[in-house]
Amino acid sequence: MTKAQQGKVPALRLEGITKEFVGKVVANDNISLSVDHGQILSVLGENGSGKTTLMNIIAGIYFPDHGHIYIDGEEVVMRSPKDALRHNIGMIHQHFKLIDIFSATENIVLGLDEKGRLDMKQCLNRVKEIATQYGFEIDPEKKIYEMSVSEKQTVEIIKVLYRGADILILDEPTAVLTPQETEKLFNILRKMRDDGKAIIIITHKLHEVLSLSDRVTVLCKGRNVGTVNTAKTNETELTEFMVGKKVMLNINRTMPKDPKPRLEVKNLCCKDIEGVEVLKDINFTVNSGEIFGIAGVAGSGQRELLEGIAGLQKCEGEIIYLDPKTGETKDLQKKTPLQIQELGVRLSFVPEDRLGMGLVGNMSIVDNVMLRSYNKGKGIFLHRSAPTELADKIIKELEVVTPGKSTPVRRLSGGNVQKVLVGREIAASPTVLMTAYPVRGLDINASYTIYNLLNKQKEGGTAVVFVGEDLDVLLELCDRILVLCSGKVTGIVDARTTTKAELGRLMTQNTNDKDGASDGQG
Amino acid sequence: MWAAFIRRAIMQGIPLLYGSTGEILTEKSGNLNLGIPGIMYVGGIGGVIGAFLYEQHASTLNPLLAVLIPLLCSMLGSLLMGLLYCFLTVTMRANQNVTGLAMTTFGVGVGNFYGGSLAKLAGSDVPSINLTATSSYFRASLPFADKLGWFGEIFLSHSFLAYLAIIMALVSSFFLVKTHSGLRLRAVGESPATADAAGVNVARYKYFATCIGSVIAGLGGLYYVMDYANGVWSNDGFGDRGWLAIALVIFAVWKPNYSILGSILFGGLYIIHNYIPNLDVSGQELFKMLPYVVTILFLIVTSIGKKREAQPPASLGLPYFREDR
Repeated sequence: MTKAQQGKVPALRLEGITKEFVGKVVANDNISLSVDHGQILSVLGENGSGKTTLMNIIAGIYFPDHGHIYIDGEEVVMRSPKDALRHNIGMIHQHFKLIDIFSATENIVLGLDEKGRLDMKQCLNRVKEIATQYGFEIDPEKKIYEMSVSEKQTVEIIKVLYRGADILILDEPTAVLTPQETEKLFNILRKMRDDGKAIIIITHKLHEVLSLSDRVTVLCKGRNVGTVNTAKTNETELTEFMVGKKVMLNINRTMPKDPKPRLEVKNLCCKDIEGVEVLKDINFTVNSGEIFGIAGVAGSGQRELLEGIAGLQKCEGEIIYLDPKTGETKDLQKKTPLQIQELGVRLSFVPEDRLGMGLVGNMSIVDNVMLRSYNKGKGIFLHRSAPTELADKIIKELEVVTPGKSTPVRRLSGGNVQKVLVGREIAASPTVLMTAYPVRGLDINASYTIYNLLNKQKEGGTAVVFVGEDLDVLLELCDRILVLCSGKVTGIVDARTTTKAELGRLMTQNTNDKDGASDGQG
Repeated sequence: MWAAFIRRAIMQGIPLLYGSTGEILTEKSGNLNLGIPGIMYVGGIGGVIGAFLYEQHASTLNPLLAVLIPLLCSMLGSLLMGLLYCFLTVTMRANQNVTGLAMTTFGVGVGNFYGGSLAKLAGSDVPSINLTATSSYFRASLPFADKLGWFGEIFLSHSFLAYLAIIMALVSSFFLVKTHSGLRLRAVGESPATADAAGVNVARYKYFATCIGSVIAGLGGLYYVMDYANGVWSNDGFGDRGWLAIALVIFAVWKPNYSILGSILFGGLYIIHNYIPNLDVSGQELFKMLPYVVTILFLIVTSIGKKREAQPPASLGLPYFREDR
């Protein structure tokens, strides 16, 4: 073994790290962990468990509210990414920080604190040296825009090594890789470990944890719920750690009344801009009068699925709508939102990006309500009376806290923005209502308002699709839950009988032909 | 005849070369400085003010001071313009296009205001100032240039500011491609967030590049007054050369060494109407369009080509906030 491994002092030790974001829950609550030289530590956790926040603290991007960071036994204070680099900490971000029109080497050299002439030849040689040392395959003169995702990642890793990093943090490095590429990356990481580097890898894929790491630290809701040696654990134990104990929420749930198929999705496939498959062969049916939950690790294809149905994303496959009145079927595939509306399908969509896709931040509540009805009426003039009434109604019934109906929406708090958006979509009395993370960032009361609204829609016979991240909510609100994992359906379960652990297992399911279409947690 | 045409084309091109070199450095930092025409104006009038005051106060002109004082005044004027632009767009995060256009209007106004004031001080009844004495020092060229025929006329008959322009362009090219600071500057213009994460002080690079770019561009104004116009400042005389310099940036695909030849081409196109016999006024105006027509055609060609390297810096015109994620 290497010299570093014989030393008893951990390469990096965190003690009692706490970080709170204003207006949000505690992202990191008194977290302690450590990693030795020549060791790979996995940090495992659900969405929003605080993994990325913690890594950003180590990389100097966030400053912790409390707690201490020790490197090789000495306490350090890191106020910027530069400080972290100085302490030989290198982070490989999930979203690559590379400049497209630069070559690999130019990107690698960029962060060096050097002055004067840039000796490209020398840099090229150094890059090649590192590449051979660890077995990277890379063309140092290739431009980033000509590279595949895995090549870009290689550049990121070499960049960190080039700067002499001893402690490497990888934020979901496999989310964008194919299985072969993942295996290659793991071999390189093992080589680095044997070279004495301390490696922290964030992931939510259990099989990767088990095959790669020496130790696992599991985070749940911002807390370190346990650190175990990989050799002494298994998938079941880790899953239980990850999802935590069940919390009772007491959301009212009635049995679906007279459920009939309303929306059928068959063999839906979808590719993102880079040509990566984000949805593979999705099949399900949503019934009227039920809340159909969609669970999954963030970026498993939820967004694409909803946008595909709403006509905002190009997809292959079939999307069939069954009209409740006439009983006829309508094909929604390859239709724009306007065409869907013209077909007489009352489809409402509450997107996750409220102020980006849902509402216009600088416009008033009335104007935003009008976005749904701007083409009603005759002539070139807008008809403001009906939307104004509706805005008043939404403010009153949903208890939107606002100085007035002409207040720009962006000045409202997150919960009130969401009420306006949901209120507008519900006012169209939809037959299908799709909501993506409707309670994200909302406080308890606002969340219950939204649950009640959704339940009311369900009782009125609407087919409600609910994409959520909190498993407790999904389990108590929904009737059935579809689980997505890397763009594939890993199961459709009855929410009344299933368990949290079962959902956790489906969400992180190790399927053999996983080719990681997800882009992971944002 | 040909040699004379090329010589005039070069002289016409030098202000454009200064302007475009300055603007390229600026744009590489992600700042789209549309104030360049105004800054060149201020650079010109700055030199004029310096030269005027020196000519008024000194009984005999010291050749070194006669060059140095206008040079420093010009640089100071355009530096202040560059600082103002940076303060507004980088520190205050004002919209770059609006700021730039305002700066152009402002710079032209400043130029014409001081031009008018100086003319009044000089007791002239036309709004123009004659600085022939100072200009003669600026225009000093190599003594043996006219003995070498067409070669001397094209290559050696220019003043030091013309050669400085070419040197500046070459140095800028070298700086951008071959130095660490140049690499970081390009990174700032492409993706400030990436540069920031790599430990580059984005605001500092933007300030430096824009201010140095402004000073270089301002020298174009100085050259125009002192060399091209023989030391005669007349209000609005500089014309639309500033805009042509910005067009030249696109034509040179953001490479200062390319803009050397580009500037001569643009300069030639700009004056070609003088060399075509029997042109009436409307014909002349048509020919004056040529540089712009060429730029538009070039834009179409590069857009079709979709070559990534021929595109402007990716974050050109966008303000940068670190907290924006």
